[in-house]
Amino acid sequence: MESPVMLAAGILGTTGASLRRAARAGAGAVVTKSLGVEVREGHRGPTVVQVEGGLLNAMGLPNPSYRNFQEEIDIGRGGGSPVVASIFGADAEEFVEVATGLDADGFELNLSCPHAERFGAEIGCEACNVEAITRAVKRRVDVPVWVKLTPNVADVVALGLAAQRGGADGVVAINTLKAMAIDVESGRPILGNRFGGLSGPAIKPVAVRCVYDLASALDIPVIGVGGIATWQDAVEIMMAGARGVQVGTALGSGDGYGIFRSIAEGLSGYLERKGMALEELVGLARRVP
Amino acid sequence: MRPISARILEIVPETPTVRTLRFDHSLDPVPGQYLMVWVRGVDEVPMSISYRDGITVQLVGEATREIFDLEVGESLGLRGPLGNGFTLSGEKILLIGGGVGAAPLALLGEAAAEEGVEVSTLLGSRCCDEILFRERFERIGELVMTTDDGSQGICGRASAGLPALHLQEFDQIYLCGPEPMMADIIGRCPGMETKIQASIDRYFKCGMGICGSCCLDPSGIRVCIEGPVFRADQLVGTEFGRYKRGASGLKIERR
Repeated sequence: MESPVMLAAGILGTTGASLRRAARAGAGAVVTKSLGVEVREGHRGPTVVQVEGGLLNAMGLPNPSYRNFQEEIDIGRGGGSPVVASIFGADAEEFVEVATGLDADGFELNLSCPHAERFGAEIGCEACNVEAITRAVKRRVDVPVWVKLTPNVADVVALGLAAQRGGADGVVAINTLKAMAIDVESGRPILGNRFGGLSGPAIKPVAVRCVYDLASALDIPVIGVGGIATWQDAVEIMMAGARGVQVGTALGSGDGYGIFRSIAEGLSGYLERKGMALEELVGLARRVP
Repeated sequence: MRPISARILEIVPETPTVRTLRFDHSLDPVPGQYLMVWVRGVDEVPMSISYRDGITVQLVGEATREIFDLEVGESLGLRGPLGNGFTLSGEKILLIGGGVGAAPLALLGEAAAEEGVEVSTLLGSRCCDEILFRERFERIGELVMTTDDGSQGICGRASAGLPALHLQEFDQIYLCGPEPMMADIIGRCPGMETKIQASIDRYFKCGMGICGSCCLDPSGIRVCIEGPVFRADQLVGTEFGRYKRGASGLKIERR
């Protein structure tokens, strides 16, 4: 990868055109919207609501099915960066069906979506499922496989270790935090799905801690995601142990797609100023006395 | 921001399938901007703004059915105004509206007339009962009407009204209506693309430029925050007029 700053899953990843645009804007890799076996329209709206410090969302895994997505991946590749397919399923069999049905440069297993019945975190909160699904996919594909973890558990490290035992090439942390917002006028939960996941600046300290813990315990790379919006955020989560970062919610504000370059340039400028190599930055916080 | 709760002060039946809701909040929109309208317990849908404090809704599906069942005193959740609206430019402008697409154009035309701009309107409707905002457009300038069945004005689609107007005389042309109509009109105005602005419609989920459901091929332009108003030259060569995507991301081809 030319840049360690990537497009996170679920953000601007529904079409090849938007993936390609992110890649051309400087994303080192782009991750698709999560793809499953069946066509899904997702939850009813509101699917996103702005709250203090970030966004709450419950999209409900809308996707056109992996069967209708290869063309989008191929278009996305035109941006010159690897296209990683985020995939989900109800069990190992479905994950394998989706993974073997797609030609992508890597897979990110969504074992962490907090708001879709039968999928994501509902299975990904159990270490035994994480290990089994990772192993099943790894056995059938020959591109890198990352596992995106849920922070909504007592011990995220146990999930990371399970992914590693299953043969994952890396883990991605974190998915959104389970959250909710209620309309005070009517008493109704605002999201169509009632519950959702919190992203954005509010969850960055949680992500930093999860990455720190995972990087301390795992031998495979950790990719940091959760509230990354500036180069300082990227430096911080890399100091916790992340080898790369993903950006999601921040694409909706400020300079939009320009964020990939601004983070990458800020990061290079920082490394230059400190006379450091990227490898020295990764996990620095764990090495300082 | 979270949705604000807007109480309905007035409901105006405009046509058999269209009604206007006026709220207790001024929305302070740029004409062409839109709202995400939350019908509590049902869905959240984008709606264009037709008055500083109101929206005009056509009955098309479940969410709009629920809106039609609301009464004065009840409320909706509103996010917005969102997106980029029309840019007013020139001394003499033409509005071309089809059906409920007349809604944001009426607001634009009134703002333009207030600034002394000469406004003409071409309004296409299915039949005489479905003509929207006839009085608002007549008040601000010349109005040419077409109806599909010939029950009022020129018989035919909106483009049938083009010969009645001298297109070259206008500094700027503003479009809002069904996509085939807008694509047809843009196609009939070769060389004028940079002076045409069109408000286009796509499936929106987030309304804040992150979910990606509304991105146009092949550029990946996000209609919800980079639009919904575009200059026609930004639309030429895109999926506009050919297909759009539904809630799952699957393409829906136009017939």
